Amino acid sequence: MALAFQVQNLRKDYVLKSEVVRALRGVTFQVARGEYIAIMGPSGSGKSTLLNLLGCLDRPTSGSYLLGGRDVARLSDNALSDVRAANIGFVFQSYNLIPQLTVVENIEVPLYYQGRLDAAKRRRCRDLACLVGLGARLSHRPTELSGGQQQRVAIARSLANDPYFILADEPTGNLDSATTDEILDLFRKLNSEGKTIVLVTHENDVAARCKRVLRLRDGLVESDVRN
Amino acid sequence: MIRSIFITLRSAIYSLLLHKLRTGLAVVGILIGIMAVIWLVAMGQGVSHQAQKQIEDLGARNIIVRSVKPSDQGSAAASTRSFFLEYGLLRDDYRRIISNLPTGVIEQAVPIREMRKEFRRGEHTVEGRLVGCSPEYASLNNLRMARGRFLEDRDGRPPNNVCVLAATTAAKLFPLEDAIGKSIQIDRDFYLVIGQTAERDPTAAIGGSLDSQDYNLDVYIPLETQRWRIGDMVFTSRSGSREGEIVQLSQITLTISDKDQVYETAAVIRGLLEKYHPRQDFGVVVPQELLRQAKLIEMMFNLLLVIIAGISLVVGGIGIMNIMLATVTERTREIGIRRALGARRQAIIQQFLAESIVLTSVGGLLGVGCGFLVGPAVRTARELALHLFPDMVSALPSVIMELEPRIAWWSIAASLFISIGVGVVFGIYPALRAAYMDPIEALRHE
Repeated sequence: MALAFQVQNLRKDYVLKSEVVRALRGVTFQVARGEYIAIMGPSGSGKSTLLNLLGCLDRPTSGSYLLGGRDVARLSDNALSDVRAANIGFVFQSYNLIPQLTVVENIEVPLYYQGRLDAAKRRRCRDLACLVGLGARLSHRPTELSGGQQQRVAIARSLANDPYFILADEPTGNLDSATTDEILDLFRKLNSEGKTIVLVTHENDVAARCKRVLRLRDGLVESDVRN
Repeated sequence: MIRSIFITLRSAIYSLLLHKLRTGLAVVGILIGIMAVIWLVAMGQGVSHQAQKQIEDLGARNIIVRSVKPSDQGSAAASTRSFFLEYGLLRDDYRRIISNLPTGVIEQAVPIREMRKEFRRGEHTVEGRLVGCSPEYASLNNLRMARGRFLEDRDGRPPNNVCVLAATTAAKLFPLEDAIGKSIQIDRDFYLVIGQTAERDPTAAIGGSLDSQDYNLDVYIPLETQRWRIGDMVFTSRSGSREGEIVQLSQITLTISDKDQVYETAAVIRGLLEKYHPRQDFGVVVPQELLRQAKLIEMMFNLLLVIIAGISLVVGGIGIMNIMLATVTERTREIGIRRALGARRQAIIQQFLAESIVLTSVGGLLGVGCGFLVGPAVRTARELALHLFPDMVSALPSVIMELEPRIAWWSIAASLFISIGVGVVFGIYPALRAAYMDPIEALRHE
């Protein structure tokens, strides 16, 4: 089975006031295409650090991170930016839409930074907005939308660049239970269409709806269970 | 490419419009600076234009050779023995200049002899300047005829007793009648009036080299007539004793065909005359040189004004930087989002630089617009000042009172360029600060 990505013996140390904090102490796992995996762990387990590394927002102290067959652990800042623009779809807890852009423009942002925003791509972004149920609100600004709607826009945005995987960081953390269900249904639907989803959460209910749960503790993989 | 510039600019404008007051104030800061540049340069140009016009009256292609009374008469042993002081340009000098310069270099050479004389018509007398000259004198000095004609070549060959009166001379000698066809008396001779010139503005004095000239009390007669009827000698009574001066020519004005040969020709003439005039009883004035000096002064003037305007632009620029820093801090999270979604650092720099450039360009354009108001503004200020402080205003030099600002096109182009430059210079630090934020920290920013 083709791999979406693979991390091997990933370590990350932080130096805080001359004291070395070992956030990750050798994490190894792999995720195949089409998987729907939850990463869980208490605070201090290295969950956020792993998220930053998987999102190519940071570089590991050592170890490798193979993404689409390429080790991205040692890339330059520009190269990492390009990887984020082309291969990763972010969904954040607080939606993180750009307030001055419209719905469809927000969806276009990753493509804009890839530098290939042609008419076909723009049409695709409009289709994605329809896919997440916001076809009627293309030119609304984020402030005119509810939290659930904003998160749908964010999900559409994460799909715009057709990434290797969607990296969702507590995507339902700011939502009520009804909306949480809607968003998780949307993820399930996307996964059933073949999208790879990595969902970082601390809620067991949310993790229970994923196909696989990876638990971290003290910078190491504690368990890796398939539901 | 064009599309992405368009998108960058549009989102910059959109972001700026989110804070209208703040944006407006920053724009006003630049507006004032740019307006100052254009206004000050326009005023500087106005002043120097005045000066240049005066000098150009003398002709940029002209060389003026004048007789100068030697200042140290003691060294002129020969002349102290004599009853007469003999000095100045000779008719031979005129011939020498003409024959020694290659043909074609000189377009025209106009010798004149001027002297103070009393003009008489019946019981009316007036003292003025008698100018013996050739027909070219009129065009050389921009004299226009009010009535009759100016001197012509035939008037001097053979020397006829004809004259042309200047406006004031005619008005004083012929208060009630037309002067043409009548005659006036100079010394013992009578001269037929053949023409009358229109009034002419006096020329200004230029440094110490040329006195100001008032053409309105002149009488013009042919040079040859003057030589035969009056001669070279002039007597003046001073404190009881009579003094005589013998001067053949007061001035030779040469017009050079090629503007670029004026300097060389002037040097040649100076060298030529020095051979025959060891006493330095002549002077060579090159108006073009004065023009060059005026241009230099203008340049220094502009430079000074630009420095002043530059200071106000720096103040405006600091305003821009202040606002951009505030914007960057406010939008830390947006920067984090954009970085996470794949923006390279240079894309962030581009984004914020675009905003500061839009700010300063708008300020620059508005500043240029206000710059065009310099004319009305100066006039209004002058009227207001005249109304409020008449005494103080009347004491001001005429250069300031008559100042007509002239907008220099280069200053508009420079202003737009400078306003963009201010946007880049004062926007680059905030933009770099935005670009070098840690995206993880930025994303966490509330």
